[in-house]
Amino acid sequence: MTDALPVDVEALIGKLQYEEEGEFPVERGYFWTSAASVENANPIFWDDAVAEEITQGPVAPLSLLSAWFRPHHWAPGRTVEKLPLQIHFDLKARFELPEAIMTENVTTFHEPIRPGDRITSAQRLVSVSEEQTRRLGTGRFWVIDVEYRNQRDELCGVERWTGFGYRRADMPKDPQ
Amino acid sequence: MITFDQVSVGDALPSMTYDVTSTTVVLGALASRDWRPMHHDYHFAVERQGVQDIFLNSPNQGAWLERFVTDWTGPKGRLGRLRFKMRKPIFPGDTMVIEGVARDVSVDDTGCGWVELDLTIRVGDVTCTESEAKVAIPTSSDDNPWRRRGDDWRP
Repeated sequence: MTDALPVDVEALIGKLQYEEEGEFPVERGYFWTSAASVENANPIFWDDAVAEEITQGPVAPLSLLSAWFRPHHWAPGRTVEKLPLQIHFDLKARFELPEAIMTENVTTFHEPIRPGDRITSAQRLVSVSEEQTRRLGTGRFWVIDVEYRNQRDELCGVERWTGFGYRRADMPKDPQ
Repeated sequence: MITFDQVSVGDALPSMTYDVTSTTVVLGALASRDWRPMHHDYHFAVERQGVQDIFLNSPNQGAWLERFVTDWTGPKGRLGRLRFKMRKPIFPGDTMVIEGVARDVSVDDTGCGWVELDLTIRVGDVTCTESEAKVAIPTSSDDNPWRRRGDDWRP
């Protein structure tokens, strides 16, 4: 429900925000690190001949999609931490909810991502719930879409995230 | 490698069991470039977030589910859609069990064969994550869903 939302938040719903290119070209090392993290032996990631035959060359694990828009933890000259899924953090700040977790993800996969690709992402706020109390605390759910395109403007995937920003019952409003 | 004619509604996928450690959690978070402290900092997770330990991050759960599905389909299996809902965090010390069942099989207007799966990640009797996957699998030994592009790929 959005009828009880502040006007400034209501105005953001449906608006495309934070369209930006990833901080580095897609690199194959991440394919292997990701596959290794879950002991995924799928030969399209490990065997060049199989990758050539099946996927016409190396492709990224599909579940790695969001990695391509996650900023470095630090970069020269950066004085403020740059955060992925910025709308999520904007909402935490706007509603003064110090904690947040992601509760649901729906990803639709399109054009495979390949080494050297430059991926551009853009975020869109879909909805924000009324305040409600759950086991973790009191807060709001919100839904955010992230769309990913490659350097040829081909759609690579769309992620829909549901987050819950909350304040623990035993914790006062964060003075920050 | 599985083909479309070999799958029926109600088929169960081979289950997978894995003992989660702190390394599992941290490796998965860093592999997905997720630097948030609840996936590597015990004190942050416990004292700020109010949970019992660091826990598996969302993209890494996606990676486990992707592996589980393609272990079954073989390398020509191509995920079209993956949904997962995290009901309870998965912590170091948990033994997670991933299970799946074919809920629907269909061929779309382009001739692409799809299997829709209901998946779960549970620890003991508790379902931690509910998931649905839509995966394209070859309709014959000559078919390859990865060759589909543009309008021929409708996930």
